[in-house]
Amino acid sequence: MSHHIVEVQGLEHVYPDGTTGIQGISLKVVHGESVAIIGPNGAGKSTLLLHLNGYLAPTSGSVRIGEVPLTRETLPEIRRTVGVIFQDPDDQLFMPTVYDDVAFGPANLGLPRDEIDRRVNEALSLMGIASLKDKPPYRLSAGEKRRAAIAAVLSNLPDILVMDEPTTGLDPFGRRQLMGILRGFTHTKIIATHDLDLVADLCERTIVLHGGSVAADGPTFEIFRNGALLEECHLEKPFSMQGCPVCSPRSGAGGQRV
Amino acid sequence: MAGIAGAFTNLDVLDLLSTGDTAAHRLDPRAKLVTVLLFIVSVVSFDRYEISGLLPYFFFPAVMIPLAGIPPRYLLGKCLALLPLALLIGAFNPLFDRQPLVFLGPVALSGGMVSFLSILIRFSLTVLAAFILVAVTGFTGVCLALERFRVPRVFCVQLMLLYRYIFVLSGEASRMARAREMRSRGPKGTGIRVFGSLVGHLLLRTWDRAQRVHMAMLSRGFTGEFHIRRPLKFTAQDAAFTFGWCSLFLLFRLVDLPRLAGSLLTGVLP
Repeated sequence: MSHHIVEVQGLEHVYPDGTTGIQGISLKVVHGESVAIIGPNGAGKSTLLLHLNGYLAPTSGSVRIGEVPLTRETLPEIRRTVGVIFQDPDDQLFMPTVYDDVAFGPANLGLPRDEIDRRVNEALSLMGIASLKDKPPYRLSAGEKRRAAIAAVLSNLPDILVMDEPTTGLDPFGRRQLMGILRGFTHTKIIATHDLDLVADLCERTIVLHGGSVAADGPTFEIFRNGALLEECHLEKPFSMQGCPVCSPRSGAGGQRV
Repeated sequence: MAGIAGAFTNLDVLDLLSTGDTAAHRLDPRAKLVTVLLFIVSVVSFDRYEISGLLPYFFFPAVMIPLAGIPPRYLLGKCLALLPLALLIGAFNPLFDRQPLVFLGPVALSGGMVSFLSILIRFSLTVLAAFILVAVTGFTGVCLALERFRVPRVFCVQLMLLYRYIFVLSGEASRMARAREMRSRGPKGTGIRVFGSLVGHLLLRTWDRAQRVHMAMLSRGFTGEFHIRRPLKFTAQDAAFTFGWCSLFLLFRLVDLPRLAGSLLTGVLP
């Protein structure tokens, strides 16, 4: 039995104020896959992510993680399996020190002290921040916070990592480093992002959301080559797939014609 | 704006001080908490006209400040910043209580004046002690000590989260204040009317954040229990610290040392 599969069937969510977040979303992510979820603002990316660990309950449709359907009873099990990394690391680092925060998940599982210690140290060194152990979160830089937040999720030993905009607010170097670390993970990864170069680099498959439903689902490069689809969904090719701004400047795109 | 940002820079300094490593910092938080609590209780338990009996208590900050390496100028600044509060409390005493109480040569001090002075002294002592406690223990340390003393967990966790997010909230508040200031004429701008909406927004943002924090907690298996395990060890040194100071405070409370010294002197020199 594998827990690494995410299966969503006919998912629909209507918010209490009557706005429809997502409708009719069906998808299946298999073991070890790295999938990007892209789409314009308000396309329903975050709403979809929040269903994957049961923070939001679907209005209709279902979510299955591996063999387990998401219900109130299976919630603790599913939350251990699916690690969610939120957009703002400040929301995620709520304990007095980095160590306490990374230990939060394992401690909630009721693990013995030395096991917690082992997991925390492992997660911290995996993210390269072992030296920040005793620092309070508000004394970290944005990049360090991001890594601490990821370590805090890794210490739970999730099978599936769900990330919301993992690279926002990072400088190019920090972003590159983080991408290197993410690439090394063998988890099933679901990444919602506007960073299309990250998608091109890390994800072999891309799901495009538009207006709350799936507009396209397929191999990343096929999607990025579909100009009509991208335009319709307010997206662009990643920079790495666009022409060089010096050799072939685009008119009106900031560059001057030579 | 500078006001908001400045206030929190101060908090920041206090927080940094608490990461120091002196003999005072290494003591068990419980020892320091008990000592400071007893200090405060005995200071406030004096009669309202008491002045001389309070003076020996300055011995505690006088020892602790250098021991913990706290910059005295910083502490003085904190006390002065809070002074208006004490002034407000005591300001009317001299007006209402005009009965002469003490004669310093030809000058008669009214009861109101004396009690006003007493309030100021008590205020400085208690504020100093509280700041010293946080500067050598850290806020988390104080919360942990409270928890060990069986203060309901909910309160300790509340305090800890409050402290964690006060830095985030202050960042948001000062960014908002800056945005307002930049679009208004001078620091006053449109004044108090905008203020309501600013505060309202801040509340809504806090609400949103609280929801997201809760979400992050739930997704890591939060079941209502906070596990902060920090090995606290109450050593002989801690016991000596607590016992030493507490008995000194009791002595100060029961025996009016300055008056005793005074009468000894006047007894010797008639």
